[in-house]
Formats: sequence, structure tokens, C-alpha cells
Amino acid sequence: MTIARFLIRRILSGIVVLWLVATATFLLFFARPVATVARQLAGREATPAVINQVIKNLGLNQPIVVQYWHFLDNLLHGNLGYSYFTQESVNTMVRQDLPPTASVVIGGVILWLVVGLGIGILSATRARSLFDRLSAIGVLIGLSMPTFVIGEFLLLIVFVPLNQHGFHWIQDQYSGPSQGLGTWIGHMILPWITLAAVQAAVYTRLMRGQLLTTLGEDYIRTARAKGLSERRVVFRHGVRAALTPVVSQLGVDVGQLLGGVIVVEQVFGLGGLGQVAVQSIFDDNLPVIIGFVIVAAAFVVVANIIVDLAYALLDPRVRIA
Amino acid sequence: MSITEVEFQVASVENAPVQAVEGRSQWQLTWLRLRSDKVAIASLIVIVIMFALALASPAIAALVHHPPNTAYPLTGENVAGNPVGPGTNGFLLGTDDTGRDLLVRILYGARISLFVGVVTTLIGTVAGVAVGLIAGYFGGVIDTILARFTDAVLAFPYIVLALALAVVLGPSLTVIIGVISFFAWAGIARIVRGQTLSLKEKEYIEAARSLGAGPFRIMFIDILPNLLAPVLVLATLYIPNAVVFESTLSFLGLGIQPPTASWGNILATATNFYTVAWWYTVFPALALLITTLAFNLLGDGIRDAMDPGTERLLAARRGAKKRRAQRREMKGAGPSEAFPDPGTQAQPPIGLG
Repeated sequence: MTIARFLIRRILSGIVVLWLVATATFLLFFARPVATVARQLAGREATPAVINQVIKNLGLNQPIVVQYWHFLDNLLHGNLGYSYFTQESVNTMVRQDLPPTASVVIGGVILWLVVGLGIGILSATRARSLFDRLSAIGVLIGLSMPTFVIGEFLLLIVFVPLNQHGFHWIQDQYSGPSQGLGTWIGHMILPWITLAAVQAAVYTRLMRGQLLTTLGEDYIRTARAKGLSERRVVFRHGVRAALTPVVSQLGVDVGQLLGGVIVVEQVFGLGGLGQVAVQSIFDDNLPVIIGFVIVAAAFVVVANIIVDLAYALLDPRVRIA
Repeated sequence: MSITEVEFQVASVENAPVQAVEGRSQWQLTWLRLRSDKVAIASLIVIVIMFALALASPAIAALVHHPPNTAYPLTGENVAGNPVGPGTNGFLLGTDDTGRDLLVRILYGARISLFVGVVTTLIGTVAGVAVGLIAGYFGGVIDTILARFTDAVLAFPYIVLALALAVVLGPSLTVIIGVISFFAWAGIARIVRGQTLSLKEKEYIEAARSLGAGPFRIMFIDILPNLLAPVLVLATLYIPNAVVFESTLSFLGLGIQPPTASWGNILATATNFYTVAWWYTVFPALALLITTLAFNLLGDGIRDAMDPGTERLLAARRGAKKRRAQRREMKGAGPSEAFPDPGTQAQPPIGLG
């Protein structure tokens, strides 16, 4: 029962955060001279007639409080507005561009956690071995590399040579899973590795440090003394306790993940929400940017609730606090 | 610490040459330890060279007669209009897509990257220390508000803010410095707050207060000096972050705008040419990687050097062979025999976590 109450409390605070983000977005984009806002909303090449149309349609001449009310009302009805540049609904654009973004996120996160935590556990249980040293070097390089540099290196040393030598499975750009799972993986494998590399480095380091500390605790000694197998000691007693701070770090990194996704989409030309958002900046396509900011904020809030839930399931103390 | 370890320490102390005991400040000790850390010193040298090259870039540009924004379509491009490779026609690292000298562009990019890295870290450090001290020292409502705000900033997707600001204000160096500084302070504030919380309960703070010291005197004269060590480490480790941050924003076109060179925007254009000009991607990427790696290694080195526990670690590394021999001899004597040591308890995970 406590878990349900915990969840309700988190969802309520998530809604408050979303409201704050929406208000901040509104103030950032709309609390400026009407002409500027209308010109940006209408797009760079808009004629004065179109601009007047935009002002009338959106009621930009009305008091700011009324505008704010309309803005929130539209959001509550799930309407993100229209791109005056292409006459397209932002909702449709988001729906169309979601598959590449979702593909990158899902595969990348799985790879990142498996590799990051896996190597972290292996190097903690084999501290000071050759493997541990090699992974420490790998972690440092990963930490020092921007995501896009890893992506470009992968293109340069994997994608180009393989395709020049007639091996065409690994590709850039996006191809959905509906066109065959193998093709999809072939197109997504480099983006996944790129997204996972930087983050996995952080988690390897964190997991290793936490597990080393945990394995030094007295209760681990007790577990060994009562004759448990090494595997059971490490996974049941060690990893489970060491995982709590790792999970709380996950909540912080969801936001960073978004940045990584945008970069990965850009490097591999995947299309997707991030690339559209970046393109919108060059087109001065304000409605799309607003839509993207709100969708991104919603994603971060929801992901944080899920992380908190995982945290509560791992550590019973959190539920009481 | 196990009994065997204490014995090791005693052994190593006995073997050490006798030295006159003299008083040393914390910073002297740190420098002594740092000096024996070859990796950290090498990183420091690399960083100094990078700064020197960045400062000297106009001189180097004059030396090779290639100003940073001048294109050489005749010598700098081949017949197909593509960049020429390293060493061709006097271009040491080749040229970029419009036939500009890549070496000079990379050096001018270093100016931007290092400038942004250092300036944002300084702003972030000052702000972070102030927020952390105030939140930790005053506590109560102020602390709750500041701590919540810090957490919110830490979890905020930085690219989204950068996107929004790039639209509203237009991308520029000032906006970049603003955005990066906005995210720089939070991590430092969190650590400083935690340290302040525990330091303010110490007796010497109580003594200061009973002598009539005001809150700001206590915060900045009594507490702050004790926090300088962790803050220095955090700041050193934030510089590479800021460099990566800047190059990512410039890569996406939200940062430094061409023709001003930045590692990020050089690499962004290079994406279109990686099939015909590998040097165009590789050299700026290497410059970026070497710089961030050097700062990360130096930061790790300083952290190890600041930590008194590392003395043991360094000594252990030096005498590793001797220790292994001793351990073999001691087998059956120490309590560690009862628990087959997986190597995890042998040394504390200082500076590696």
C-alpha cells in the first residue's frame, strides 16, 4: 500500500514540475513584443499577411494572461500547435519522428546498462587485475570523448571500410524494424554503441567503486563465512546493495541521455525528434521547438518517476521517507 | 584495515631512509605527492603546451603564412574540389572543405575551447561554492529551496535549454558561456553543501561563533579553506566537461558560428567529408580528446594527491613485488587466511570510485 501512496505522490510532484516547465517555456517564448513572437512563429520567409494571420489565429494581441490560459488549455488537450513553416501539426510531426528516437533510446540504454554495470562488476570482483586496468583506461577515454566524436570515429573506422569491402550490413540512416529485424539492427548498431559508450563509462566507474566499498563490508564477510557461493555473495549481497546509488544516478542522467540522442541522430542522419528540433532552429520554426521542449520535459519527468519507483523497490527505506 | 596491512606499513616505515621531520602545509604535501605521479605531471605538461599553442596561434599562423579564415582554393583543394591531405603544398595537417589550413583552424579552435572551459568553470565554481555554503550553513527553508533547485538543474536536459536559448537569443559565445555556467555550479554546490553541513557542527566553528564571528565570516574565513581541496578537484574535472559541452553545442550548430573556428564546428563540417578526407575528422577529434583526457587525468591525480590515504597506495605500488613476497611468507599467520582475499580489501578504493 505504501508503494501506491509513494507513486501517487511522485506523479503529483511530476505534474507540478511539468506545469513549471510549461510556464517557463511560455514566458521564454511569448513574453516578448508581439511582432517578434509572431514573426518567429510564422517562420523566416513569412509575408506580412501570414504574420497578421498568425497574430489573429493565436490571439497574440490579447493580454498575456489570456494567452497563457490558451497555451495551457491547448497543452491539456494534447495540442502542441502547428508549424507555420510546413502547415503541419506538431503532434503529427512528433508521432512521425518518434520511431528513430525511440529505437536509439531503447537499444542504447539497454547496451549502456548491460555494458556499464557488467564491466563495473567484473572489474570490482577482479580489482587490480589486467582486466580492471584495461577497463579503467577505457573508462577514462570514454569519459573524455564527446558523443559525436565516438560516432564519427565509428563511421570512419567501421562503417566506411566495411562498406568499401562489400560488407553492407552495417549502415547509417534509419530503417524501421518493420523492414526486417536484421536490417533494423544493422542500421542501429553504430548509434547504439555511440550512445552507450560515454554513459557506460560513467556507470562502470560508479558500479566498480560502489561494489568495492560494499564488498568490504562486514556482512559480506559473514555471507562468505556461512559458506555461500562466491556468485551468490557477489550478486545477491553485493550488487543489490551497490545498485542503489547507481539507480539514483540514473535519474540525473536521463536529461543527459536526451542530449546524447540528439547528437547521435545528427551524426548518423537518423531523422527523429532531435534532428527535427535542431533543424527547426535553423528554420526559425518556433512551434516545433516549443513542442520539442515540452515533449522532452515530459519524457524526463516520466523517466524520473520510473527511476524513483525502481529505487523504492530496491531500497525499502525510501518508501518511508 | 587488516592486521597484515598494519605490519606492512610498519615494515615500509622501517625500510625508509631517516629524514629530518619538518612541518609541511597541506599544499606542500599535495605537491610532493603529485610530483611523484608521472601520469598527472605528463597531463599537466600537455595542458601547458595546449595553452601555449592556443596563445601562440596567431604567431603560428603567421609562421606558416595561412591566416585562419583565408581559403586557398588553388593549393588547398585538389582537382575534385576536396581537401588536400597532410603535408601537401605546405599544409601540415591538410586543409578543410574550403581549402583553409586545418592546423591553424585547430589552433584557433583551441583558444575558444580552452577559454570557454576555464571561464565557465570559474563562474560555476564561484557560484557553486556560494550556493553550497549558504544552503549548508543556514539550513532550514533556504537550504530546502536551494537544494531542490540544485537537484532540478542537475536533472535538466542541457541541450533543451541550449536549443531554447539559441532560438530566443541567437547562438553566440555569450549564450554558450551562460548555458554551460548555468549547469556548472550545481555539482559543486551539492558537494560543498554536504561538506558544510558536517563542518559547521565542529567545535572550532562553535569557538569562532562564541568569539563573535558573524555568519559570513564563519562561512568564508573558517569553513571555506577546508573545502578548497575538494573544490579544486571538482573544478579540474569540470573543465573537460565544459570543453566537451562547448564542442557538442558547436557541433549541433547551436554554439560558435563559422567562420570562427571551434573544434565542434570543424568536426560538424567534417562529417560531410569523412569518406574523402580522414584527417579532417581525425586531427580536430584528437586535439579535443588529448585535451579532455589530460584534464581528466590531472584531476584524478590531484584527487589522489590530496587524499592522505593514497600515500599508502603509492607506497604499495612501489613496493608491490616486495609485498607479494612478504605475503607469501606470511601465509598462515594473518587473519586474512580465513577469508581468501579476492583482492578487494587489500586496498581501499580511494580515488578510483
